[in-house]
Amino acid sequence: PLVSIAANLKPENSYTFSQYRARVFIYSEVKSRYVLFVCVFQFPEYDNLYCKYCFVYGHDWAPTSGLEEGITQITCKGSQSSNKLIWNFPLETTFKSTNPSGWPQLVVSVYGPDVFGNDVVRGYGATHIPFTPGQHSKTIPMFVPEPTWRLQKFTSWLLGRRPEYTDPKAVAQGEGREVTRVRSQGFVNVSFHIMTKDMKKLGYDTGPSSPANTQSVTSGWSTEDQ
Amino acid sequence: MASSGDIREKLRKKRRALKETLKNRDEDDVQALVPSTKMSKGKLQTTIKEPETSEEDPGETLKRTFRTQRERKKRLLEQSSYQQHEEGGLEEISSVQHRSEDEESADQAGEKSAVLSRPPTGSLKGRSSKILHSPGSQHLDDLVTRRLQEKLNAARSKGESLQEQEAPLEPPSRLQGLRDRDTVTRFDREFDLDRARRHDDPLTLGPRIKFREAEKRTEKDLPTSEEAFNFFTFNFEPEPQDGAQKLGRKRHKQKKTVEVDQGEEGEEEGEEEAEDKEVVGEGEDNQDENENQDEEAPLVQDEGEDLFVIEQSSHDFLEMKKAEYVGYRQLVQRESELLFTPSFRTVPTSIKLPENMKPRYLEDEGLYVGERPPVSLTNENILENRILKMEEGKKWFGDDGRIMALPDPIKESSTRPPLFNMEDDLDPALQTVYRKAIKSKYANLYIAGAADPEGDYQLDVDVSGLIFSHHPLFSREHVLGARLAQLYDQYLTRQRNNLTGHLTDKLHGLRSALRNMLNIHGGQSLSQAMQRRISEYSLEVRNTRQLRDSEQEKDRTLLKNIVKMWKDMKALRDFQKYTNTPYKLYLRRENVDRATDEREYEEEILAEIVEWEAESEEDYQRKLAEYKEQLEEWKLWRRKQKAKKKKRKKKKKGQSQDDTEEEDEDREASESEGPVEEGPSKPEPPEKPELDSIEQQVREKASRIRRKPGESVLIPELSASGNITATELCPRAETARREDVTRHSLFTKILYNDKEVSRTDSRSLNTDFRVHFGQIFNLKIVNCPQSINLQVFEEIGSSCSLLAQVFIPVPEPSVLAGNAPVEEFEFSSNQRVMFDHEGVGSDVPLSFEADGSDRQTLLTSGKLSCCVSWGVGDDDVPLAPHVLQQGKHSGLARFDPVTYIGASGLYDMKKIGEWATQSRLDPNDPKNAAIMQLLKVASSGEVTAPEYFRLEQLQEEFNFVTDEELERSKRFRLLRLRNQEVAEFRNYKCVPALEREVTDKVFQDYEKRLKEGEIIDTNEHLDSHRALVAKYLQKIRESVIHRFILAKHHYLLSDLVIEEEIPSIGGAGPGILGLNLFKLAEPKRPLKPQRKERKKVTAQNLSDGDIKLLINILRAYDVPVRRPQINILGQTSQGAIQGSDWLCNQVQVRPFVEVSFQRTVLQTTTADGPNPCWNEELQLPFSAPNGDYSAASLQSVKDEVFINIFDEMVYETGVNDKDKGKSIHSRVEKHWLGSVKIPFSTIYSQSRIDGTFKVNTPAVLLGYSKERSHGPTSGYDILRGLSDGAFITLFITIEPQLVPGETIREKFDSQEDERLLQASEKFEREAAQGYPDRPCITTIIDLNGKTVFITRYIRPLNPPQELLDEFPNNPQEATALVARFVSLIPSLPDRVSFSGVCDLWSTCDQFLTLLAGDEEEHAVLLCNYFLSMGKKAWLIIGTAIPEGPTAYVLTYEQSRYLIWNPSSGQFYGQYDTFCPLQTVGCLVNADNVWFNIQEYTSPMTMSFDIAKAQLWKPFFSRSFSHPGLSSVQPEELVYRRTVRAAAVELQDRIEKILKERIMEWRPRHPTRWNRYCTTTLKQFLPKLELRGGRDVAEGHRHELQSLLGDNKITGFPLNLPFSEIRPIVEAVYSTGVHNVHASNVEFALAVYVHPYPNNVLSVWVYLASMMRT
Repeated sequence: PLVSIAANLKPENSYTFSQYRARVFIYSEVKSRYVLFVCVFQFPEYDNLYCKYCFVYGHDWAPTSGLEEGITQITCKGSQSSNKLIWNFPLETTFKSTNPSGWPQLVVSVYGPDVFGNDVVRGYGATHIPFTPGQHSKTIPMFVPEPTWRLQKFTSWLLGRRPEYTDPKAVAQGEGREVTRVRSQGFVNVSFHIMTKDMKKLGYDTGPSSPANTQSVTSGWSTEDQ
Repeated sequence: MASSGDIREKLRKKRRALKETLKNRDEDDVQALVPSTKMSKGKLQTTIKEPETSEEDPGETLKRTFRTQRERKKRLLEQSSYQQHEEGGLEEISSVQHRSEDEESADQAGEKSAVLSRPPTGSLKGRSSKILHSPGSQHLDDLVTRRLQEKLNAARSKGESLQEQEAPLEPPSRLQGLRDRDTVTRFDREFDLDRARRHDDPLTLGPRIKFREAEKRTEKDLPTSEEAFNFFTFNFEPEPQDGAQKLGRKRHKQKKTVEVDQGEEGEEEGEEEAEDKEVVGEGEDNQDENENQDEEAPLVQDEGEDLFVIEQSSHDFLEMKKAEYVGYRQLVQRESELLFTPSFRTVPTSIKLPENMKPRYLEDEGLYVGERPPVSLTNENILENRILKMEEGKKWFGDDGRIMALPDPIKESSTRPPLFNMEDDLDPALQTVYRKAIKSKYANLYIAGAADPEGDYQLDVDVSGLIFSHHPLFSREHVLGARLAQLYDQYLTRQRNNLTGHLTDKLHGLRSALRNMLNIHGGQSLSQAMQRRISEYSLEVRNTRQLRDSEQEKDRTLLKNIVKMWKDMKALRDFQKYTNTPYKLYLRRENVDRATDEREYEEEILAEIVEWEAESEEDYQRKLAEYKEQLEEWKLWRRKQKAKKKKRKKKKKGQSQDDTEEEDEDREASESEGPVEEGPSKPEPPEKPELDSIEQQVREKASRIRRKPGESVLIPELSASGNITATELCPRAETARREDVTRHSLFTKILYNDKEVSRTDSRSLNTDFRVHFGQIFNLKIVNCPQSINLQVFEEIGSSCSLLAQVFIPVPEPSVLAGNAPVEEFEFSSNQRVMFDHEGVGSDVPLSFEADGSDRQTLLTSGKLSCCVSWGVGDDDVPLAPHVLQQGKHSGLARFDPVTYIGASGLYDMKKIGEWATQSRLDPNDPKNAAIMQLLKVASSGEVTAPEYFRLEQLQEEFNFVTDEELERSKRFRLLRLRNQEVAEFRNYKCVPALEREVTDKVFQDYEKRLKEGEIIDTNEHLDSHRALVAKYLQKIRESVIHRFILAKHHYLLSDLVIEEEIPSIGGAGPGILGLNLFKLAEPKRPLKPQRKERKKVTAQNLSDGDIKLLINILRAYDVPVRRPQINILGQTSQGAIQGSDWLCNQVQVRPFVEVSFQRTVLQTTTADGPNPCWNEELQLPFSAPNGDYSAASLQSVKDEVFINIFDEMVYETGVNDKDKGKSIHSRVEKHWLGSVKIPFSTIYSQSRIDGTFKVNTPAVLLGYSKERSHGPTSGYDILRGLSDGAFITLFITIEPQLVPGETIREKFDSQEDERLLQASEKFEREAAQGYPDRPCITTIIDLNGKTVFITRYIRPLNPPQELLDEFPNNPQEATALVARFVSLIPSLPDRVSFSGVCDLWSTCDQFLTLLAGDEEEHAVLLCNYFLSMGKKAWLIIGTAIPEGPTAYVLTYEQSRYLIWNPSSGQFYGQYDTFCPLQTVGCLVNADNVWFNIQEYTSPMTMSFDIAKAQLWKPFFSRSFSHPGLSSVQPEELVYRRTVRAAAVELQDRIEKILKERIMEWRPRHPTRWNRYCTTTLKQFLPKLELRGGRDVAEGHRHELQSLLGDNKITGFPLNLPFSEIRPIVEAVYSTGVHNVHASNVEFALAVYVHPYPNNVLSVWVYLASMMRT
């Protein structure tokens, strides 16, 4: 699936750049990122999960194309891969920026029905978008806020009203997190395909990712596909 | 008993004879020899035991002990006395008696031992008695029985009569026998016993008695082995009956005194036991006891044992035996001997540390101490106790008195990255790979010769010995001696090198060469090359001479030092009167031929003088040349100067002269004017060298450094042939030192690669402090040699300490055993050692001077001579590794400096440098950074340690630009300002990437604001005072914000996590059961739906357009109605207006509501009548300033929501001609009727506003009348009428519901009494618990941020006198006027000014100075005024609409309670329905605070009688009385009179501004101003002010009507308190008067500013539009 999607992305990609040339940006930095979700959510007891994603970025960043927020399809466990929930959900976004401060982060929150069919949150997680162009694979550890006390835990389980973050974006920042208690739950794997442009022009040399890295990632996937 | 000694002598002789005959027995003896020391000890002890053995009672024992001691002394002196002959007589006799028997036994013993020589003769102690079960034991038994038989017979026949008398005497004799046993073996025991019996005849008597008894009983012919045993054992027993009793006692003692030396005793007893075992096979306990037996009481013990045996042996008594029982206590005691139960009590630190040492806590000293692994205290204590029991237990304790422990190795979190157990997508790099195990013998060899499997290398370490150059045990003489020896060594070395000789030879050679050169060319002109060579030669001569001189000087000083040292030493020896060292210095004189010597000397001096002269001459010439050169220069310069001067003079004379050249020069001169002043000074000619002085100098020097001519050459010779004074002749201290020396011994450990591989024997320290080991160790090595380390240990007694370590370089492979020279390695130790004897110690200051000056500190040091070389195999193959043979090019050497230069060489910079260059270290490799740094430092000369200490030494590296650059760059500035959250940049998006893209425009606003800080903008404020106040407020605000900035970043769980509340069963709130039940019962569409609580949203995540203001306009009451438009002048009466005809045809009023907020205007549909009902919801978007939706920012939004009620009027403008009357054009006009304004901040903090509000209607509304449809027009109540007006019912909220700003969770400091604060806290807490919706305030925060008790704010204060003077006779009017005055002070909510929910209360004078404040300030001021006017007044803390929590004023007059709204100046009766006050929380006056504990909170339904305790809960009660709090208010308020002229000026400016603005708002239409009307209106305004804006409508309207005639006029006066111009403009705009677009419209605008005292201004704006009809 990976190859075909990468192929899909290509024209899109060039389009973005031609657009860039056509317009005169006062910002001379354009980043495009293509993010491919392959979530492997490791929970034997959970099924039928879907995922919401959004980007968190600093003041100097602006999305130029693609969706900032989105929601994936609901996915069920496959018969082959026992514990994995695979979304294979492509999302693409382009950001432009003038300043590396506030580098975008991908915030992922996973939801799914509980025993009683209530839609509850199964995990929050965030990761910075990789800096270097190329292919990256990231594993985001997920966590959920814990109820404040035991009775509440019970009632929230019973009523399907688990504690949730007022804003999922809170997981991308550190402020205020000290008041919360969380429990870790599973992981989400995200595969990134990053392209950058004009980074060097602005004096930021992120450099290409080492070939070895890419190699290992692809080989990892190839084994997985089998 | 000394006589027994003689007998023993004889006996000994005899035995010797016997021994000779029985050699084989002797062999046995030797084999079983116990260590000789023990033996000798045993002897000693047996002598002591002598008398004790016979003891019957302790007293006698003591006596006997003394006696024996005396005897022993005598014996020691070898004085045989015959005094005690009578005593010993008996013994003598008995021994004689026995002698015959003895001879027999001797034979038998010989026979026996012949048999017995076979059994192994190991350590045959008591316990190993099993040996007797060997085949030989049977023979033994037989023998024993036989012998016993004989003995018994003999005993029976003899000495029967003697038994009673002799019994007491037998034990000493027996023990004498014991003592006599020089060699004790178990096999000659019989012999010994016989011997004992020989002269201790009585000994056998006792047993004999017993035995007889036994014999009687047994009646057997042959005694059994048991009997034999009994016989032997029993003979130690004098009195069995007594013994039994004593046994207990003695055993008790024995247990206490632990057996120390049970060697020989045990041996003997062991023998007995052995047999005991064999025979009896039980009685283990007794045996054990025997083993532990004390020497002091062996007899008693024996007694006990014998007793047992007797009883057991006699079968008759078997059943009589008591049950074997050992008392518990005994058992415990016995166990306590064997077992050690560590206590679990804490061990005091003093025990764990060396004496006189205080625990040292490294942690307290700031050192890092890792966390120990957790061990329970009990376990730790047990361990400590156990360790302390052990030998050297203290070494397990650290300096802090705790057991040494490594830090806890367990980490909290795993350091390994998590491996996600996904079956196959594990990174291949992380996959476990199986590899076959490799044989490890040479695997870890650094020795790279893999092709060299038989790499058995051998390293021979030869430790030959060591010599101390200083040792703590050195005496002073030793120190000197060591120095002397050192100097002598130095001398010898110098002598051997003979540098002086070499240099002298060289000098001679050079000189002759030079002479030759000169001679050859003598006088002829020399070629250039020659000359150069000569000068070179002379230079060389000079250098060599200097070198030689210095060497000669050194030689001389050395010699002098040696002599001095020797003298010192001699002096010391004389002083201390003994000699310690064998050093002796001879000075050998070698006479020289005086004449030749003198000649040589003179020659030398002459030669030197000549050279010196030549040199100085040369020097002089050179200097002279220099001088001349300088002089030339100087002269030149002088000349120039003079010339210049001349020229100048010339110029002055003839100015007409035009000479460019001259000018040039002039310029030159002027240019060089500067340096001219300090030009070259006249050089001084060099002095001519004084040749006389040269000679003198040379001679002086020669006499200093050289031997005088003719003086004999002194050759020192140091020999160690001196005599050392014998120890006996030395004083005590020295003796002690020497003894100490003998106690010391040394050994050396050999550590190879930091592992101990071997150690030398321990050798004692000689008096000359030389230790010779002379041992060679052959080390077979497998691992590459990295370090060879010799550790010198000093052993004193049993303790040994590390003295020094010597690192020995790994030898080159070519260094093989045999050819390697022994090298000396110096070592030293910095141990501090001090002695109380003559030893000088180490690291102790030492002085040889009498006055103690010139102190020196000597450290233990010495030389270890050893030799390390590679071994040589059998076939002369060197056992050195190949790699090492390859030498420096080996990989090993390249990578490991330690192997290359040896560990000791690591401190040698040169070597390291050498190594680094050879191994071609990569300087960029971070691994080598340390070395490169070191080399750099080393090569740069001395190592310069920085003299400062830096905390952030890496700071500079992290600074990505310099500070100046950071300041200069606009982009960085922008970024920083944004980061600092400066209001203008807080949400600045996309800071440009490049510097040039940042425009200055960005900063304009910000800089302007900064500038404004200083400059008062009078334009905006129209009044300098107010501008000042505004600045002041701004400053307070900043300080408050600063104070609260921390609190802002505190989060609560609810801010971040949404969590359902715990459902409760039933009850209020979202109870799970209750909710569900109620939900079931709830009607689907209830008739009176309740507003539901919505989810709250924190404001921080919002953006523009997210927030909407929801305004639900329900209905209005008493909207003014129109007057008939077509007015006939005559119609004046009200009745006529309400004529039926008009009513039918005209609509009374068609009101609609228009809401404007942030310039967004929305309106409802039009309704009919004075009581319209709209029930419409309007949604207005809200945008926060700067796009900042944080709570703080939202709170400071100053925008207000204007809710205006308009009357919609439709005019028919006539028929359109074109359409032939078919279409009617109508024009819609809207007429402002009134407005309600609600600040956004109120909505935000209240989150919802729900209620009926009074509509602010203008005092005069042209064309309208106030319709009173309800109630009687003539009031039963005048006050009721006052509160009349239009009302509107509204519901306002924000969508989504925003979380109002958090109250500051911070405690403020206070000057109040702590008790009061606690009481108030408690009061408020209780109030909040009991009545959560009733506000209760007891303490407030003043402007300084301090907590103040609320009653301090209430104090009667005088209102402005002018106001009181206004209505001197009408107190009611005056009251109203005061209220109006207060209400005219502009209102500014605290949360707007301080951007946080915190009520800061300013005092009245502050309030009047600031001229801005919250409701509280207004209320306090009003209350204080009322109090001063003699009214009963209270402050009401409650909630009102729309303000929310607020403060009102309650007065009591004419038996009625009046509630005053201080912000509007209006008052309400208690039962007024439209009173905005909704909840009364508490009442405050100067004395007390009362909290409302009634059922209801609404003023209408409650009682204000504070005296009733069940209705009002007072703060200060009897239990807690009022402490007499002084007021924070000033005693009196001072008012400034407002200048009328200023008011007039302001009035003009406002008018101007308003006119401009109105024209701006009508950009497409011309705005015409009707001057006539304006002046008319202007006249009205003061009147309105005078009346307080009440009821002037009628007269005014008529007046206007009459003035303006047929003009249709709409308009109204607006009254505002003056704060700024902006609210006035807003208010005018919101009326919408300017929106009349008719072409013929004319406007009239009049402004009137009425000044009240203290700059309180009332602004009236009369705005009217006119249309000509």
